[in-house]
Amino acid sequence: MSAHAHPVSHHAAAPQGFIRRYIFSTDHKVIGVQYWLLALAAVSVGMVLSWLFRVHLAWPHAILPGFGGVVKPEQYLELVTMHGTLMIFFVLTVAPQSGFGNYFLPIQIGADDMAFPTLNMMSFWVTFVAFFVLISAFFVPGGAPINGWTSYPPLSAVGAISGPGQGTGETLWVISIAMFCLASLLTALNFIATTIEMRTQGMSLMRMPLTVWAWFVTAIVGLLAFGVLLAACILLLLDRTAGTSFFIPAGLVFNDTQPALNHSGGSPLLWEHLFWFFGHPEVYIAILPSMGVVSTVLSTFSRKPVFGYKAMAYALCAIAFLGFTVWGHHMFVSGMSPYSAIAFSFLTLSIGVPSAIKTFNWLGTLWGGKIQFTSAMLFAIGFVSLFVTGGLSGLFLAQPSVDLPLHDTYFVIAHFHLVMGVAAVFGIFAGTYYWFPKMFGRCMNEKLGKIHFWFTFIGAYMIFMPMHWMGIMGALRRYAQPGGLAFLQHMSPIEHFITIAALITGAAQLLFYWNFFWSLRHGQKAGDNPWHATTLEWAVSSPPPHGNFEQVPHVYRGPYEYSVPGYSEDYIPQHLAPEQVAKAGA
Amino acid sequence: MHSRKTERGSGVAGLVLALTLVIFVAVTVYIFAANVFPMAPSITRVGDWIDSQYNLTLWITGVIFVMAQLGLAWMVFRYRDRGQKARFVHGNNLLEVIWTSATFVLFIAMGAMAVHAWSRVHFVPASSDALQIDVMAEQFTWNFRYAGPDGRFAPTAPENYSDANGNPFGINSNSKDTDDIVSPILEVPVGRQIELNMESKDVIHSFYVRELRIKQDIVPGMDIPIHFTPLKIGTYDIMCAQLCGLGHYQMHSTLHVVSEADFQKWLKQQEAENQQ
Repeated sequence: MSAHAHPVSHHAAAPQGFIRRYIFSTDHKVIGVQYWLLALAAVSVGMVLSWLFRVHLAWPHAILPGFGGVVKPEQYLELVTMHGTLMIFFVLTVAPQSGFGNYFLPIQIGADDMAFPTLNMMSFWVTFVAFFVLISAFFVPGGAPINGWTSYPPLSAVGAISGPGQGTGETLWVISIAMFCLASLLTALNFIATTIEMRTQGMSLMRMPLTVWAWFVTAIVGLLAFGVLLAACILLLLDRTAGTSFFIPAGLVFNDTQPALNHSGGSPLLWEHLFWFFGHPEVYIAILPSMGVVSTVLSTFSRKPVFGYKAMAYALCAIAFLGFTVWGHHMFVSGMSPYSAIAFSFLTLSIGVPSAIKTFNWLGTLWGGKIQFTSAMLFAIGFVSLFVTGGLSGLFLAQPSVDLPLHDTYFVIAHFHLVMGVAAVFGIFAGTYYWFPKMFGRCMNEKLGKIHFWFTFIGAYMIFMPMHWMGIMGALRRYAQPGGLAFLQHMSPIEHFITIAALITGAAQLLFYWNFFWSLRHGQKAGDNPWHATTLEWAVSSPPPHGNFEQVPHVYRGPYEYSVPGYSEDYIPQHLAPEQVAKAGA
Repeated sequence: MHSRKTERGSGVAGLVLALTLVIFVAVTVYIFAANVFPMAPSITRVGDWIDSQYNLTLWITGVIFVMAQLGLAWMVFRYRDRGQKARFVHGNNLLEVIWTSATFVLFIAMGAMAVHAWSRVHFVPASSDALQIDVMAEQFTWNFRYAGPDGRFAPTAPENYSDANGNPFGINSNSKDTDDIVSPILEVPVGRQIELNMESKDVIHSFYVRELRIKQDIVPGMDIPIHFTPLKIGTYDIMCAQLCGLGHYQMHSTLHVVSEADFQKWLKQQEAENQQ
């Protein structure tokens, strides 16, 4: 029930003392910032790892710091595995959902905090520990895991017999991901309960900002997906440490070592099914919150209502639902029934429909607008371009026959980096430039923000477009070196091009760091509503006080009422009573 | 206070962004249209069908790509802030219905056309006279086994696996059938259907030959068949496409497609070596 009166909790005084306020805080805003900073730490490590393996791919004989000489094949695989794991879990899942969602979901629905603030704090700290468990894998004997972020058994299940990185490093990987899943499950519950129970008076479902819709739907996806991966991780951990055989079949022989392992009856395909039942929805966990941010930012800076608001909300739900029926398209060549591939193919192509609906409506939002090119807006427009480019290559991979030559090649790398990696990161950047004034009371520097955008936008395409062509020519992912294959050796000019683009684009991110930390202290004072926006977070001071609202807000209209004819301002906030809104000429 | 212009961004960014998108589209279309980075040429009929489906998909997605990116460029150019009033509009149900049903019909029709090639790879079993070859994948080697002159494969067991003794398939040492041919490369006659029966002895590997347009994971504990009919004599790379450990990138072999006569000659040679 949305209209219940608020309990008095937000009248309670804010906790005193640094540790209670900023470390073990139960305030959703502090937790949101903590998640955001955790993602910033993770993305920094993940990006440096990608530089290292990009340099290795372009210049295999280069001596890199910390490797004791030339990068070895297993070290290359460590870099790739840790890069993927950090980015997918600790950046793309953490920043847009747990970061922005924690900070803004309660404020945007007029609540004083999350439904379960203590649980919320615990979720963060479990995620925080999971991050360090993962990083510690670099420093254990045998090294970090080398199985890719997908960690397919039996390679990942049988221990050191299958090669380096399969000892303690892989065990830490499994434990870290299991902890991450647990924390994400609790966060998902919290988001769902908060959205259903704590909406303020007048905040009906169809008046929720699309960001709230996105966080809510993503939380439902997370609740259903992370539980499955958590179970799978526990099974894998048991296979590794307790001698079970969930994923290990009988009769395996490694490197002529007899007798064979003492396992029988397990199925490697079971892991693939469980993993991708999580793994595909995970793509939407990463991208849906950014879609919400982009819809909001496009509307604000076009000074127009979101085009097709209801269609946008329904499309989010459709993507989330269909997202659970398409995991098999990761397994067209896995050895599963080829008949099921047909079903997965049609379902996967169907998910292109709500994706197209969203794209058309974003264009519709820009159409007839009065577009203001702020840094946030540039990143939101960039998101649309990247989402289109990355989404369309998905139509190739959705067809099992066309997938045959492209599967596991750089074409796939290009596809998912553009559509869920870079696009989602653009959503995070758009959100950061947009909400920074609200979170910290000061604006980020717009000039630096724009330079940051141009380097990142052009750089992203220069890194990932050539990967499509490498994939079309047959270059396989997770190859440490060309390995004597002539056609791969001929691609070295493309490898050089990509690596140089990646280094420049990566270096340009320093502008963002500088802008962020400099603006915290020296940015221009923001005021309550610098963008003249309509949703509830702009009705309170910047940053919002503990408990968010002095009085329980009442919501009178939809979230994107821009340029309504007959009024003096080109925006009407959700919380203003009709009699408070100034008429034109009044 | 900054002026409203610098705070909100000027229209120049819109012009530059529109231009950037146009250049991006032009370069991308050129590279695909001129086929600057081509696929390896197909050497099977199924491969040709896959290629034509790939080309159809390239056309459909290409048209959408150009229209969407140029549409975006037009919007940011045309509607940059020049002091105009924004249109107050919440959407258009007719448009929603049109683009929803149009994309649905288009995507599903495209998917339906892709079924044909897939069914030829997977639904139609190999013909009974296909040349049978066993494949044993292991870290980080390919092994191929031919039945030999008697046309029968000798029985095997994992306990007998021994690369050191040249017995990667684990052929029973007390078996009377000793004429199986084991080879590190895949030698096949042109124009004849080949059926591979693929096994792995350790982790998941994947059989990949670009020119065959075939990629198939080999999962330990499963016996996975795949068939193809190569139509062009030549030498092609066999690669492992599924991460299998630190030597993954080195796990390759060679597919030799030769004339029937050359194939028989090769078989004889292998038999002679077996008897030594």
